Amino acid sequence: MTENRMGTRQVELEVLRYNPETDQEPKFQRFTVPCVNEWCVLDALNYLKDNLDSTLSYRWSCHMQVCGSCGMMINGEPKLACKAMLRDYAGVIRVEPLSHFPIERDLVSVADDFMAKLKRVKPYLIPGEKRTLADGEYKQTPAQLERYKKYAMCINCMLCYAACPEYGLTPKFIGPAAISLAHRYNQDSRDGGRDERQEEIATSEGVWECTFVGACSDVCPKHVDPASALQQVKVASTVDWYLEHFMSWVKK
Amino acid sequence: MSRRPYVREVPRTTWFFKHPRYMRYMAREVTCIFIGIYTVILLVGLARLSEGPAQYEGFLEALRQPGSVLFHLLALAFSLYNTFTWFNVAPKALPVQVGDEHWPDSVVSGGHYVVWVGLSLFIRFWAGVL
Repeated sequence: MTENRMGTRQVELEVLRYNPETDQEPKFQRFTVPCVNEWCVLDALNYLKDNLDSTLSYRWSCHMQVCGSCGMMINGEPKLACKAMLRDYAGVIRVEPLSHFPIERDLVSVADDFMAKLKRVKPYLIPGEKRTLADGEYKQTPAQLERYKKYAMCINCMLCYAACPEYGLTPKFIGPAAISLAHRYNQDSRDGGRDERQEEIATSEGVWECTFVGACSDVCPKHVDPASALQQVKVASTVDWYLEHFMSWVKK
Repeated sequence: MSRRPYVREVPRTTWFFKHPRYMRYMAREVTCIFIGIYTVILLVGLARLSEGPAQYEGFLEALRQPGSVLFHLLALAFSLYNTFTWFNVAPKALPVQVGDEHWPDSVVSGGHYVVWVGLSLFIRFWAGVL
């Protein structure tokens, strides 16, 4: 009775399964999962694992759109499973691991490539001005914070990589999230590491691989707008080039 | 247990059929073909103009053919699509921050439309058409 009052429904989940020890290739498996209407896809997967098939593998942690672990393709769209509400879906819900990444097992994708790229762009503060503890904190005005705040919201969920066709076709592309994070630190008034990061991102494997499809910004669950970061890095790199080749007397 | 990750290849020639947003992107890219052909026609017109009045009249006559009119209508539609799609994403590449706030996207893209209409009117006025 309680369940009925809350509103329940039988949800058909079609889940891409892959067991590296026994399977030659992934294949879909259909489950009927009794769900509460207010659940998200992650709740349905948790019910499935707890009650129907304990061998199902997937990543999740916070269940509140902060940790970035539960990214997967839901009806062909990169989504956080904790943000995909069942009430927004009718009929069979098809769940697959994130596109463009190798499949480790079931819904778990291999994140090694992204992690290596993240490390390359040095996504941390490289102080421009060395200060000791006695000098006090690095101060910043609201206007200086506004310059990069949007790009600091990234949770490394990799949905943008699953949406980006350039990354799918050319895996060496450093990609939306890593370049956005590099841009975030380049825009920070306390930072002095831009030259080091430009070595990685103002290159053919960096921003110049991007053709501004804009899919990354469409799917970002935190509204980081990676496409804007990449276009701004292109504009800034172009200005750098002109300054260096035609106006070398102007100090950057 | 050994790792054996499974790689799903992206089809190199048909990937853009997979999602409507990829189709919209390809439509924007395809517009350049029509704009390119139109530019070549414009250059041919300039060359005919430099050769004399008779040659230029012949060029104008060719432009009046139904096939040519159809092409120009198509090229107009594609170049408008190109203009609108690029102006609408311009705020991503050129954000304007004044004080503690960024200008809304509509102001930045709206500015592009205003400059576009202004320049078009100026050129028509300058050329004596208006």
